[in-house]
Amino acid sequence: MTKNLRVKTSKFIDETYKVSFKFNGTTYYGYKGDTLASALLANDIHLVGRSFKYHRPRGIMTAGSEEPNAIVQLHNNTSRTEPNVRATEIEIYEGLEASSQNCWPSVNFDIAGINNFLSPVLPAGFYYKTFMWPASFWEKYEYFIRKSAGLGKSPTEPDPDIYEHKYIHSDVLVVGAGISGVIAAKTAAKNGFKTLLVDEKSYIGGSTIYQNSENFKINNQISSSWLEKEINEIKKFETLEIKTRTSVAAFHGYNFLLARENLTDHLPLDQRKNKTRHRLLKIRAKKVIMATGSLERPLIFDNNDRPGIMLSSAIEKYANLFGVACGEKNVLFTNNDSAYEAAISLYKKGINIEAIIDNREQIDSKLIKETEKNNIKIYKGYTVVNTTGYKRISKISIMQLSKDGQKVVGSKISIACDCLGISGGWTPAVHLFTQSGGKLKFRDEDQVFIPDIYPSDQISIGSCNGDFTLDEILTDISNKLKSFLNIKKTDYENLEVQSSFNKSKRNIWLLPSDKVIGKTKPFVDYQNDATAKDIKLALREGFRSIEHVKRYTTTGMGTDQGKLGNMHALGIISETAGSKMGELGTTTFRPPYTPLAFGTIVGRNVGEYFDIFRRTPIHDWHVKNKAEFENVGQWKRAWYYPKDDENMHEAVQRESKAARDSAGILDASTLGKIDIQGTDASEFLNRVYTNAWSKLAIGKCRYGLMLNEDGMVYDDGVTTRLDENHYIMTTTTGGAATVLGKLEDYLQTEWPELDVYLTSVTDHYATVSVCGPNSKKIVSQVIPDLDFSDESFPHMSFKNAKIGKINCRVMRISFTGEHSYEINIQANYGKSVWEKCMEIGKEFNITPYGTETMHLLRAEKGFIIVGQDTDATMTPIDLQMDWIVSKKKYDFIGKRSLYRSDTIREDRKQLVGLLTENPNEVLEEGAQIVTDIEKSPIEMLGHVTSSYYSPNLKKSIALGVVKGGKNMIGRKLIIPMENKQINVIVSDPVFLDKENKRLNA
Amino acid sequence: MFIINCPYCGEREQSEFKAGGEAHIDRPKQPTELSDDQWAEYLFMRKNIKGIQFERWVHTHGCRKWFNVVRDTSNDNIKAVYKMGEKPPINNDKEFKS
Ligand SMILES: [Zn+2]
Repeated sequence: MTKNLRVKTSKFIDETYKVSFKFNGTTYYGYKGDTLASALLANDIHLVGRSFKYHRPRGIMTAGSEEPNAIVQLHNNTSRTEPNVRATEIEIYEGLEASSQNCWPSVNFDIAGINNFLSPVLPAGFYYKTFMWPASFWEKYEYFIRKSAGLGKSPTEPDPDIYEHKYIHSDVLVVGAGISGVIAAKTAAKNGFKTLLVDEKSYIGGSTIYQNSENFKINNQISSSWLEKEINEIKKFETLEIKTRTSVAAFHGYNFLLARENLTDHLPLDQRKNKTRHRLLKIRAKKVIMATGSLERPLIFDNNDRPGIMLSSAIEKYANLFGVACGEKNVLFTNNDSAYEAAISLYKKGINIEAIIDNREQIDSKLIKETEKNNIKIYKGYTVVNTTGYKRISKISIMQLSKDGQKVVGSKISIACDCLGISGGWTPAVHLFTQSGGKLKFRDEDQVFIPDIYPSDQISIGSCNGDFTLDEILTDISNKLKSFLNIKKTDYENLEVQSSFNKSKRNIWLLPSDKVIGKTKPFVDYQNDATAKDIKLALREGFRSIEHVKRYTTTGMGTDQGKLGNMHALGIISETAGSKMGELGTTTFRPPYTPLAFGTIVGRNVGEYFDIFRRTPIHDWHVKNKAEFENVGQWKRAWYYPKDDENMHEAVQRESKAARDSAGILDASTLGKIDIQGTDASEFLNRVYTNAWSKLAIGKCRYGLMLNEDGMVYDDGVTTRLDENHYIMTTTTGGAATVLGKLEDYLQTEWPELDVYLTSVTDHYATVSVCGPNSKKIVSQVIPDLDFSDESFPHMSFKNAKIGKINCRVMRISFTGEHSYEINIQANYGKSVWEKCMEIGKEFNITPYGTETMHLLRAEKGFIIVGQDTDATMTPIDLQMDWIVSKKKYDFIGKRSLYRSDTIREDRKQLVGLLTENPNEVLEEGAQIVTDIEKSPIEMLGHVTSSYYSPNLKKSIALGVVKGGKNMIGRKLIIPMENKQINVIVSDPVFLDKENKRLNA
Repeated sequence: MFIINCPYCGEREQSEFKAGGEAHIDRPKQPTELSDDQWAEYLFMRKNIKGIQFERWVHTHGCRKWFNVVRDTSNDNIKAVYKMGEKPPINNDKEFKS
């Protein structure tokens, strides 16, 4: 039987709407408006998980996104399962199923809980040290550690939900809808600024909205009533958009922010269908107002992590907002007045408070007096030294603090309790501010970091700026907004504020104990199980930088980024190392502020929309004819066309043979095409290619090699002179965009005096390439009016022609070494020209071939593929292509680099042919080439770049790069493989038709 | 993600642009007359400053024009943009410090 700890109705909870949910397999009930945490607490459940390292029982600590412990897995073993969800944030809905993480086999009986007793051998740096130990240790414990140390389970099925991205441009973005944010948003919207107000919670109004005490008044109304009226007013502004359940994840430079708008996570599963789950908002705001509030600090003492120990502000929120008592015997432990605020709230709700333990000795404020009036016992100048209760706190021991706060004195007093609220003061939530590049300063009086230097047009207001009390917040806000928004007046010029809060605080980062530090467990980072002892150990071992201590102890490295304990870690470091807090700096806060689902980040870019792909105009024909495709850059290129049951090798062998025996046809539309015009076009080509272009006759084609300025081969292709001042350049498929970019760069920045115009026409033309001894017979029937005689139309020439009424360009050029023609025609006619070639070619067994056969055919001929046989370390000389490097030209891109001391070395890797001793053995591309495998270390000479079985030569052929390979023709080299070694003979890279008989046939 | 004020198009997102390294390094007019060291100086040596840096950028997904940018690399604040061939509007770091 579980108890019902619902105390009094709350207007934020709909008690007429009962919701059933499951936690660790048991069904419970809550109400609409509950979070999972508030519903569990109402059922008297505190124990929700186990800690990461020691597997200590842990309970709900907070009521917000800073929660370190209450982290659950939703809908385990379904496609919607999600790990690391904070129970304090997720709103319950009918059918919600949540389970504890970090425990095995169950939260009540966790085998790894034994780590708690082993903790002397699991100190700071445990994981680092483990990895450094002998490998055998790791293997032994890997299974155990993996099983018990994971933070939840990732889904194994595709995510069924829809996510999207949205751009928003605002004049003013207000982050956080507490009292400061509401005032700021109203002021901005009222003055005509297009304003966006976001808050991570489901409601607006922050912690003021459930404040029920007469001690905090604005214009003589209880602060919550006053704020409620303001909220009702702002909803009327057309210039204001309000987004709740929207958490800002990142704040980048130039006021660019990412926020996640959560649209369906609070709905029952059956109501989520076809709805967008999360929307990632990409917000560009002219001005940003940060009103992100502050987080209450815990206190650091022995065993401060038991279930039932919570932030005092959380206990107050559960009572006021959700109508839930977190315990029946509550004790509060504080170093400031906030706990009294909570005590008065709880008292009003009829929740019993046994005692308040206060660090401070001399205290006397209105809140304290009122508390005392309610007969609540206050222990002044005391501290908690220990707690008991394994799965739920049952008792605390307290002792008096010495005057200097360094040790405890007197005798121990025990107080029984089932809930302990702790309050260590407040930490401004400056995470987003620092992400944006903002610089913090340290305020000594209350030991907080507050915004100092703003990197962009933004301000921080309210408690994130260190203004913690209601009067502090409201006194300044009007003037701040006036100067920030550059406006004359606001509605908040003369607010009458009544605030009983006294700011005195006794800050002790690590509270003293009657035991020595090694014997205690004062947790600083709850999620990662880092204690004060670990931090001290790290300092003893010599770590000084805060970033190093963080990594060594893993403090602040959990999914909560240590939102609760980071300040204490800094405090303990500075005290131990004897340095000043302000000089120590802080660790870096990184996006996202709270975890984002991968789906949110990816948005709609999933499945076929994951990346852009480009199809040629002939693509549908390839699909219809069962081509397999390969990705080349963004293009889908036909790879090979298997017939019947052919595998890739069989298909490629057949295609390659057909292309040389009779006729083959290739879709070459993907080659980059750049139209070059202008009176200086020839001069421009002279400068960008290694060979000479001025004398190329109109109607002729020439192969060109393009280098980088460092002399390395960058791209290649055939360029055709169409007219006096008009060329068409082709580039490699993958290089088209970068080549155009590079040419534009030189033209605009180095040679602006040249009269040259570049236009990318890759997509405008389809290119059908027909090769083989019968290619002329086919193409001359496709274009019957054209003179195909060798005299009129020799190799490396071009003609304008018409197919029917449609203009086309025909080039007699070849990448296979066969007699071949390329027909370039307006893209939308590409498919019909292809089909016509197929129809006419039928009697010649015209065979469509893909990129794999193209690669094989060119390798037989020794033609390189830039990017396969070259890798940005190959000069034309390395490729044995000296013939294409003009000696006469004064300059071209990369020329000077060709005779740097390094590029003229004789022992550079050079392109050679490789023939295996066994002609049936095909080498693996990428295989290493050596001479002597006995030598240690083995000298690596180079590697295989291209390798095929040639059906036309009936033997294995390969290209490779070998150190000094040019002078090794005929030498035997060794290719060591896993289980064997293959002997190869270095050869000329041209294997077939050295005399170019086939080209000119 | 910062915003760059393209001298031809106006303010656009950084993702429309590509960076092209240090600005004001002219390609030598007579490379053949340079020693290996001099050529290497042009080819390889680039500054990587924390602070005010003069850079080349191109509006790839826009007008495709190259231009110069003065950027503080420590906080990505862009101090000036100006066209190719124009002189930098400011000459040294000190003029940017406010
Ligand atoms: Zn532009």
